[in-house]
Amino acid sequence: MTSKRIASGLGLLLGAGLAASQAVALEGDAERGEAAAGTCVACHQADGMGMNNPNGESWPRLAGLPAAYIAKQLHDIKEGRRESPSMMPFANMLDDQQIADVAAYYAELEPWPELPTAYHAADPNDEAEWLAERGDWAEGRMIPACSQCHGPNGQGVGDSFPPLAGQHAGYIVSQLEAWREGKRHNDPNDLMMGVAERLDEAQIELIADYYATLPERIAAQGDAAQEEDGQ
Amino acid sequence: MSQRRFHLLMAGTLVSALGLPLAALAQDDEVQRDYQIPLPEAPAGEVTFQPPLERDIPDNQYGDMVRKGRDLFVNTQALRGEYVFNEQNCANCHLDAGRLANSAPMWASFGVYPAYRGKNDKVNTLAERIQGCFTYSMNGKPPENGSEPLVAMQTYLHWMATGAPINESLPGRGYPKLEETEQGADRERGAEVYAQQCAVCHGDEGQGQKVGERQVFPPLWGDGAYNWGAGMHRVNTAANFIKANMPLGKPYSLTDQEAWDVAAFINSHERPQDPRRRTLDTLDETAEIFHDHHGFYGQKVDGKRLGDHDNFGENPVPLDG
Repeated sequence: MTSKRIASGLGLLLGAGLAASQAVALEGDAERGEAAAGTCVACHQADGMGMNNPNGESWPRLAGLPAAYIAKQLHDIKEGRRESPSMMPFANMLDDQQIADVAAYYAELEPWPELPTAYHAADPNDEAEWLAERGDWAEGRMIPACSQCHGPNGQGVGDSFPPLAGQHAGYIVSQLEAWREGKRHNDPNDLMMGVAERLDEAQIELIADYYATLPERIAAQGDAAQEEDGQ
Repeated sequence: MSQRRFHLLMAGTLVSALGLPLAALAQDDEVQRDYQIPLPEAPAGEVTFQPPLERDIPDNQYGDMVRKGRDLFVNTQALRGEYVFNEQNCANCHLDAGRLANSAPMWASFGVYPAYRGKNDKVNTLAERIQGCFTYSMNGKPPENGSEPLVAMQTYLHWMATGAPINESLPGRGYPKLEETEQGADRERGAEVYAQQCAVCHGDEGQGQKVGERQVFPPLWGDGAYNWGAGMHRVNTAANFIKANMPLGKPYSLTDQEAWDVAAFINSHERPQDPRRRTLDTLDETAEIFHDHHGFYGQKVDGKRLGDHDNFGENPVPLDG
């Protein structure tokens, strides 16, 4: 390769990196974010916990999501990479600085629950747990385990792979459907889109419910184990 | 290259070009299988073998050992500091816990050993082959023959191969071989592929990502990665793996050229020293004896010779005792 090509390649890389980081790297201020979040609480609630609405649109929990993830979603909604008719008017009200501020506010509001990270063998008779921890690698499926990107017990990895455990089931279902219907195309390299397309309806319902209830179930197991220890 | 090695290579190429299963060769009176050559490529053709389901692992001592082996295969980090001295798990390079075709599945490996391997120029049993993975891919120490980790892994592989023919290469074995491209493998082009396709998971510096102490995305270079003796440090092996398996959930999405280039980029970074270097006087000697293949060991990259160091990562144990 000629040095000219190397230089242009590096230029491209640097350019792409700068553009991406400029969109999300503004320093957010949580206090200003709280003021700017006045309209958010109607749906996402004052505590940022959102709400599961079985018969309508569910509102995601924002409290404890990575700030960079929240900021990226707001930019993507504004710019149409993530279609959301109900969010778009509100995202449009925020400028880049307000997006950074709101993102900082919700990221700090309450930490996302930390779940155990230790390996445990998935139960082959529990279809949801199997999908979460082992995936579905049948021919034509090639679905990695959710935990391979979203981390042990689906508690999220870095800024690009958000936590699933403790998110509302209705919201998880709606996002998987949005990917399948081409309404959401803001995931890195379409990694999630392909997986969503290959999941079947039953798997989507199963996995959404699995992750929505996982923190409670882990807590219950912990309580039961403590009781046993006490006896 | 010696005359003998050249001869053997040609024979290997011929066998793989014909794409015949080993058994077909063995049974044919006119074309005897040459057991003195490294295992040929897997035959082309549809993958038909299905390993048994985990819900059918029996509830007895055999089944318990299968499950132990499965757990170690998926979470090899359980052996960290004892037999494993980097941040890798077997299942990182053998997807779906060693079950996935074209991801070097274990059901296809089980029946082809014992086999001659050019790597150490002798016939290797399955146990020795697994021990080799520990020495190189895990930058570790081989579990002793008969030790529980090794027995557990052998039993897991044995169970996965239930119903598979012995001494026959099955479609889906290993990683599918990519043809070389006219442009060759270029690490500078590979850097662009890496930044676009790989860095989101494996990190800008190839460092991988963890949650707490748990590895989620394995490091691809540096101390946490496979060492300079591991098969995956070869550009061709990595390109083959990447094409069929990466990015995760998007198999065969990269072009052949991209797979070659990104493999060259990843494998032209520093990693723990080849443990065989301990037994030799110089880098040159190690490169000459053990690195007559498509890799960057001993080559100059960005003004520095790769492998010119005595960093064995976390591995404290000299190979020769």
